[in-house]
Amino acid sequence: MTSERLDTAPTAPPQGAVPLPPLRPGPAAGREQRRAARRSRRYQRDARWSPYALIAPFFVFFAAFGLFPLLYTGWASLHRVSLHTPTRMEWAGLHNYTRLLEDEFFWNALRNTFTIGLISTVPQLLMALGLAHLLNYRLHGSMFFRVAMLTPYATSVAAATLVFAMLYGRDFGMINWALGLVGIDSIDWESGTWTSQAAVSTIVIWRWTGYNALIYLAAMQAVPDDLYESAALDGASRWQQFIHVTIPSLRPTILFTVVVSTIGATQLFGEPLLFGGSQTGGASHQYQTLGLYLYEQGWFNYHLGRAAAIAWSMFLILIVIGLLYWLVARRLRKSH
Amino acid sequence: MHGRIHPCLTISLAAALLAGCASDSSDGTDNKVTLSIGVFGVFGYKQAGLYDEYEKLNPHVKIKENSTERNEDYYPALLQHLSAGSGLDDIQAVEVSNINELATIQAAKFVDMAKAEGVEESSYLPWKWEQAKAEDGRVIGVGTDIGPMGVCYRKDLFAKAGLPTERAEVGTMWRGDWEKYVDAGETYMKNAPKGTSFMDGAAGLYNGSISSYAEKNYNADGELIYRKSKAVKASWELAMRAIEGKMTARLKQFDTAWDQAYANGTFATVVCPSWMLGYIKEKSGKKGENQWDVAPAPKPANWGGSFLTVPESGKNKDEAVKLAAWLTAPRQQAKLFSAQASFPSSAAALELPEVKGAKHGYFGNAPIGEIFSSAAKGIPTAILGPKDQIIGQNISDVGILQVEQQGKSPEAGWKAAVKKINDAVDE
Repeated sequence: MTSERLDTAPTAPPQGAVPLPPLRPGPAAGREQRRAARRSRRYQRDARWSPYALIAPFFVFFAAFGLFPLLYTGWASLHRVSLHTPTRMEWAGLHNYTRLLEDEFFWNALRNTFTIGLISTVPQLLMALGLAHLLNYRLHGSMFFRVAMLTPYATSVAAATLVFAMLYGRDFGMINWALGLVGIDSIDWESGTWTSQAAVSTIVIWRWTGYNALIYLAAMQAVPDDLYESAALDGASRWQQFIHVTIPSLRPTILFTVVVSTIGATQLFGEPLLFGGSQTGGASHQYQTLGLYLYEQGWFNYHLGRAAAIAWSMFLILIVIGLLYWLVARRLRKSH
Repeated sequence: MHGRIHPCLTISLAAALLAGCASDSSDGTDNKVTLSIGVFGVFGYKQAGLYDEYEKLNPHVKIKENSTERNEDYYPALLQHLSAGSGLDDIQAVEVSNINELATIQAAKFVDMAKAEGVEESSYLPWKWEQAKAEDGRVIGVGTDIGPMGVCYRKDLFAKAGLPTERAEVGTMWRGDWEKYVDAGETYMKNAPKGTSFMDGAAGLYNGSISSYAEKNYNADGELIYRKSKAVKASWELAMRAIEGKMTARLKQFDTAWDQAYANGTFATVVCPSWMLGYIKEKSGKKGENQWDVAPAPKPANWGGSFLTVPESGKNKDEAVKLAAWLTAPRQQAKLFSAQASFPSSAAALELPEVKGAKHGYFGNAPIGEIFSSAAKGIPTAILGPKDQIIGQNISDVGILQVEQQGKSPEAGWKAAVKKINDAVDE
C-alpha cells in the first residue's frame, strides 16, 4: 500500500460507504454528505500520516541505538575518559585526534586496514563476477550451487577463522604440509607481514565471495535477453558478451558491492582477532586493523576517549571514501 | 579462574554477550534472598555442589551464578557496572591481575572483608591476603584459589636426551635458580630427540621467573620501575638466552599451535601452575599418559588465582558477605580442590589430608598436593601495581615474540615492548 494510491482514494467513496440517495433531497441527505466528507477528510489525514507512524519504530530505534551512540562516541572522543570511570569525563578538546596523528600504531593499523581491504575486496569481487556469470548459464542443479555459494556467508566468523588458523598453522598446518610435499619449506604465516595479511584476506574472500556473486547473479538476470541475442547475432563471443553487455548493465550493482565491501573492509575485526587469537594483531602488529586497534585501546588499555576518537576517524574516513566513490560514479555516468 | 583464559572461543564471545545481558531479578517470593554471584570461566562451585550445600544449610537463600567465559570480557563489564553503580552481582569474582587495580582506584566501592563476620585473616596465605589490601588497610576481596607453579616435563623426552627422569632428581637439578633450568635446557638440546625443543616458548619462562620476585614492575612506593627492575631485567635475559640457544618451540601459550604441540609431544617442559595440569591432560590426551610428570619449579612463584568481592551497592550485602566467607573457608576450598583441582589459597586447607595427600594419576601419580603446597608457602608477597597485566602482556606478546618468532634482535624487541607499554599506560 503506497500513500500515493491512498491519496487518490477519497475521490471515490471508500468501499462500504452508503450510496447517496439521489431522489429525495433533504436534511438526511445533507447529513449523509457531511458525514461522507468528514470521513473522507479523516481518511485523507490517515492516509497522509499513518505511513509515518508505521515507519516510526525504525527511527525511534535508530535514534536510541544508532544515532545516540554515534553522538555519544563523538562527545567521548573529545574527553579524557577511562573505562575505569566511564562517567568521569575530562574535557580534552581535540587532544585525542591530534594524538592519533602522531600515533605510529594508528598509522600502522590504517595501512594494514587499507592493504588487507584491497587484497581481499578486489579478488573477491572479480571472482564473484566470474562465478555469477557461470551460474547465469542454464545448468543442472543451479539451485544447489546457489545455496552452496551462500554457505560460507552463513558460517560464523569464529568457526571459519578457527579452521583457517589451523590451515595456516606453522608446525601442523595443512597448507605447510602440502607445501612440504612439493619440497617447499614451511612458512610461518602469522609472523610475516604479507603472509599474515594474505591469510586474513583469504578468510574474508572465502566468506563474502558467494554473497556478492548472488547479488551479481540477481542483477544479471534482470538484463534483457534480447541484448544477448542481438549481440550473439552480431557474432559476439561469450566473453565479448560478458565484457560488452553484462558488465555495463551491472555497473550500478558493482558500485553498490564496492561500497558495501569497502565499509566491511574498513571495519574488519573478527577475522584478524581470531586469526592470531589476540588484540595485538601479531607480535609487531603486522595485521592489526583499525577495528582491532580500537578494541585494544578501549578494552585492554581502557582508554575510552582514544578508542572513541579512532571510531570517529573510521567514520570520517568512510565518508571521504564515500564522496570519492560518488565523484567517480558521477564521472562515469557523464562519460557514458 | 586461571591466569589467562585464552581465546579458544568459538562460542565464548557469544556466551559472554549473553551473560552480560542476563538480568538479575531477585524474586521476592516467600521471603527468599536470591544472591547472585558473577564469575568468569569455570569456578567450579556449582560442579562441586557447594551452592546446593549452602542452600540446604541456609534455606532462605537461593544462589544464582552469572558466568562469563573470559576474564577479558568479564572485567571491563565489571568496571562499567561499578562506575554506573548498577548491574552488579551480590558477589563479584576478581582475577589476581585485576585486584590491585580495583584496590587502587575503586576500594571504596567494596565491602571491607577484613572486618566481615566469618572471615579470618589467619586462615589465608599471608601473601594472598596482602594482594587485595587497599592503601587504607581495607581488604576488598577474599582469596579463592591460587596458582603455585611447578615445571611439568616429559619423562620419555628427558630420558632420550640423557637428563634424569625422577621428579626428585629433576627438581634438584634446577632447584634455587631459573638460570639452572635454562642450563638444563642447554644440556637437553645437545641430545634432543629430533623435532623437539626443551620448552614451549620463552614467555612461559619469563612469566615463571618474574613471578618468583617480590618487586617486579612497581616498587613499594607504587612507582613504575619495570624498565630498571632487577626482576624484569633478569627474566628478560633468561628468555633471550633460551631463544638464542634455540631451546624454545617458539609457541605462544593458549594458541591452537600450542595445543597441537601438546598432542604431538614436541616440547619437553612447560612452566605449569597447578591449574594447568588439567589443561595438559586434556590436550596431550591418551598418548601423553604417564609420559608427563611434574617437579618443583626452581623458585616458588604464583600464576593466577582469584578473589571474591562484595560490592557496597548490593542489596543483600550481609548475606553476600556470609556466602563469600563460607565459599572461601578452608573446608570448602578443600572440597573445590578435590572436585575441580583449584588450588586452595587457605593455609589451613593446605594442611587438610585431601589436599596434602593429593596425587595426580595422569602425571605418574605425582604428589601434587605436597609439591604445590610447599611452593605455595614459599611464594613471596609480590608488590603489585595497577598495570601489571598490560606490562606483562606486552613484554610477552610483543617484545619476546618479536625476537622469538620474527627473528628481531633483543634490543629491538625490548624497545618495541617499551613503546607499546608507554602507549598503554599513558593517560
